[in-house]
Amino acid sequence: MAESSASKVTVPGDKRLENLKVNAGPSLFSKLPIVRELRVAVGWQKAMLVAGLIITAFFVLVAIFAPLIAPYGYSQIRDDAGVAFPTQAPPSAEHIWGTTVGGFDVFSRTVWGARTAVIAIIVAVLLSIFIGVFLGLVSGYFGGWIDRVLVVIADAIYSFPSLLLAILMAIMISGGQSSLMGGIMASGISITVVYIPQYFRTIRAEVMRIKSSAYVESAKVVGASTWRIMTVHLLRNSTRTLPVILTLNSSEAILTLAGLGFLGFGIEPTAAAEWGYDLNRSVADVTAGIWWTAVFPGLAIVLIVLGITLVGESLNDLADPRLRARKSAGEVIGSIEDTSVEPNVEPNADNEYAMSLMSEQPGTRAANGKEADDE
Amino acid sequence: MSDVNAAPTAENLAEIKDLGVSFMTDAGSIKAVDGVSFTIPRGTVVGVVGESGSGKSVTARSIIKLLPETATTSGAVMLSKRDGSGELDVLSMSGEDLRRMRGSEAAMVFQEPNSVLNPVYTIGWQIEEGLRAHGMKDKKQLRAKAIDILKKVGIPDAETRVDYYPHQFSGGQKQRIVIAMALVLNPGLILADEPTTALDVTVQAEILDLLRLAKDEFGASVLIITHNMGVVADLADQVVVMYRGHVVEQGDVEQVFYHPNHPYTKRLLASVPRIGQQLVVRDLDGRVIERDGDWRDQPIAVEAKGLTITYPGHLMQPDFVAVNGIDFTLRRSEVLGLVGESGSGKSTTGRAIAGLQKVSGGSLKVLGVEMNGVRERDFKPKRADIGFVFQDPGSSFNPLMTIAQNVAEPLIVHGKYRDVAEARDYVGDLLEMVQLPRVYMNRFPHELSGGQRQRASLARALALKPSLLIADEPTSALDVSVQAKVLELFKRLQAEIGFACLFITHDLAVVDMLADRVMVMHKGSIVEHGDTEDIMQRPQDPYTRKLLASLPVPDPREQRMHREQLHALLAQG
Repeated sequence: MAESSASKVTVPGDKRLENLKVNAGPSLFSKLPIVRELRVAVGWQKAMLVAGLIITAFFVLVAIFAPLIAPYGYSQIRDDAGVAFPTQAPPSAEHIWGTTVGGFDVFSRTVWGARTAVIAIIVAVLLSIFIGVFLGLVSGYFGGWIDRVLVVIADAIYSFPSLLLAILMAIMISGGQSSLMGGIMASGISITVVYIPQYFRTIRAEVMRIKSSAYVESAKVVGASTWRIMTVHLLRNSTRTLPVILTLNSSEAILTLAGLGFLGFGIEPTAAAEWGYDLNRSVADVTAGIWWTAVFPGLAIVLIVLGITLVGESLNDLADPRLRARKSAGEVIGSIEDTSVEPNVEPNADNEYAMSLMSEQPGTRAANGKEADDE
Repeated sequence: MSDVNAAPTAENLAEIKDLGVSFMTDAGSIKAVDGVSFTIPRGTVVGVVGESGSGKSVTARSIIKLLPETATTSGAVMLSKRDGSGELDVLSMSGEDLRRMRGSEAAMVFQEPNSVLNPVYTIGWQIEEGLRAHGMKDKKQLRAKAIDILKKVGIPDAETRVDYYPHQFSGGQKQRIVIAMALVLNPGLILADEPTTALDVTVQAEILDLLRLAKDEFGASVLIITHNMGVVADLADQVVVMYRGHVVEQGDVEQVFYHPNHPYTKRLLASVPRIGQQLVVRDLDGRVIERDGDWRDQPIAVEAKGLTITYPGHLMQPDFVAVNGIDFTLRRSEVLGLVGESGSGKSTTGRAIAGLQKVSGGSLKVLGVEMNGVRERDFKPKRADIGFVFQDPGSSFNPLMTIAQNVAEPLIVHGKYRDVAEARDYVGDLLEMVQLPRVYMNRFPHELSGGQRQRASLARALALKPSLLIADEPTSALDVSVQAKVLELFKRLQAEIGFACLFITHDLAVVDMLADRVMVMHKGSIVEHGDTEDIMQRPQDPYTRKLLASLPVPDPREQRMHREQLHALLAQG
């Protein structure tokens, strides 16, 4: 197509640029949020990010392949032959992490629990991010009374404890004890209500900053519609900080889900495996010296929250050039940056002063400036 | 200044030997300064000139080792103590020694006085802070010193105003206070990093006088970093020219200005706009490009009568009148220069014409549409006929869109093309028109230099072949050599296309090169209005005269006379 002729860097009547190589720049893949950060991170910041990514990826894989990993179903209390599992059995060959008081296999429950956790995160994030971003855009761009009302509501919601909201939601949705989707929706919606203001605030601040920048004004001068300005110019430029809030909110979603389960407002054990519920059931076991029912789901919660938080925190640090660690160059090396100056520009031939300067030969003066005249 | 021959042989205050500085950035290590050597003699002003990225700020900061952790240095910076009791090897110092040296031996004056002064402390406290840091305890003595130095830098009524907060001073006074903070410890060397760049030209002249006073009365050496050749011509005894991290030329000011050796210095001097210099553009055959016909016969494009624009005041405060009842006309194919200092209302006027700012009173007719109380729906069809070039090339393009997408924006909004792919050929033509390679359309804005971006910005503004172009300080953020090229391009396009143009700038020399007529704005009103040549040669209004006299001429001998004229003018009234 026209591409082949267009890839030559030339200006008609100007041969200077013919030898210039057009560099392709970084690939699209390396501009993706986490990949980009992974490339610039160094030292302990990189270690944190990598550790967080590994832990998170591990849980996602476990969630996806739960049916293959877990030896039994999440609500299974008998083996294939119809023989009931022993209750509160210590770890053994059949039940590598033991069984619970209800006869569930702890290992299988923990593995299946990862699936519930991941679904809860996705639901919570999806629900809040769209509404929050949209409201932030509208509020930041239009300002005025819409903005004031939305900000006041957002501030009011901040003052609610999220767990209280989640309990309310759980009771409203399913009367307390609930199915897989009911429990997830309860935690998801409560998280949504609490986190919409966070996305709202972040996006609003960014939009207010960018809306006075020259490219938005330029679009206005051109006559672009409000919808076009908001979607084409503001939306994409204001979402840079989202990955950070997103990861931090994900870990909060898990904690809320676990909290609900622990308080008895979570998901029925027959509907799905859920770590918070398992922890609740094991409270009595701990005093009886039965450690395996509490340790594994508890560890799972700690680890997944730790993993996601590590990713979020290091993204946060890396996004800020002041917090970002860099290697020291060690010695004075490196290429000299190109400046904005165009080195080969010749002065206008009609500028008499410039011509008189340029025509003067350097050789006519002694190289030593001190000998130059002084009237 | 008569003993320039002797100056370099006198005892040197600072000696920079083979300095090299590297920074570690996300894109790998970057060498900012490479093998820089020069000396700063006692009691002289050394001007370091160069364009952005030439390493001049890094060099100055190395002298007091004020570099970020990511910097690595080589070479040596030797700084003699003011009392001559010894030499310090700055680059090998650290911690407490470095702290003691900063302020007492060498002090720094930064570009932006607003961000240097802490808004929650009185200026007296901030001046005393430096003295306290260097071991002075007695409160009465501290205060006396602060008042004394404020008087010396020309703050009137210093006894009371020592207790004022920074926001109670104007920009120029704040810079005086910053200089007072540097002078109060009586350092041997003052490093001034673009000390007048953020200031208006009339205030700039005062600050330059003050720096001259620092040399003459305090006996300090001044290292002034600037990109403004006029400032160097006005103040410096010696000049160091930097280019891409190297010193390409150094010598006394007369030698560098009148007999430059290095081709870069020559080009730099040649690109500086000067009053009275005509800008002529020629086509490929060498014929001068001129407009068809006389602009005076053309129909009126913009007409303002009693135009008033106010910004609503905050709680309990009166509204701010930015533009106060101005009248002017702008004809097709005319270039009207609008000159004024910051806050004069010149940008507001331009924004009102483009429909970015609501008109509060009077009448403003743009291409036949009355803008006072206009509805967006009525004005939208006219928008295709108006182009706007913004000041800051860094933010005038959406960073996530390619140059092609950005330039095609007006074409798509007005339905000339359905999408960017369809508009590509035309966008390519536009880029060639502003002398950018076609292939640049696939690049992102940050991959272009400032000058290239400003040209692309011109291409976007001209995409719909508008009959009116508003250029709001289009070259103020550019380096001089780039500015010269952009101005030439601008002149060429204006002559070829013949659009009416409102050219807003604070630089009188730029206006003189381009404009047919000039309006001078001051505090929301037009103080003088007329043909460019009349106003430049025979200014009538005292403010215009002051503005012209304050503009430093990039020629040391002429500037000396020019400065005396300014002082005479100020003494009059």
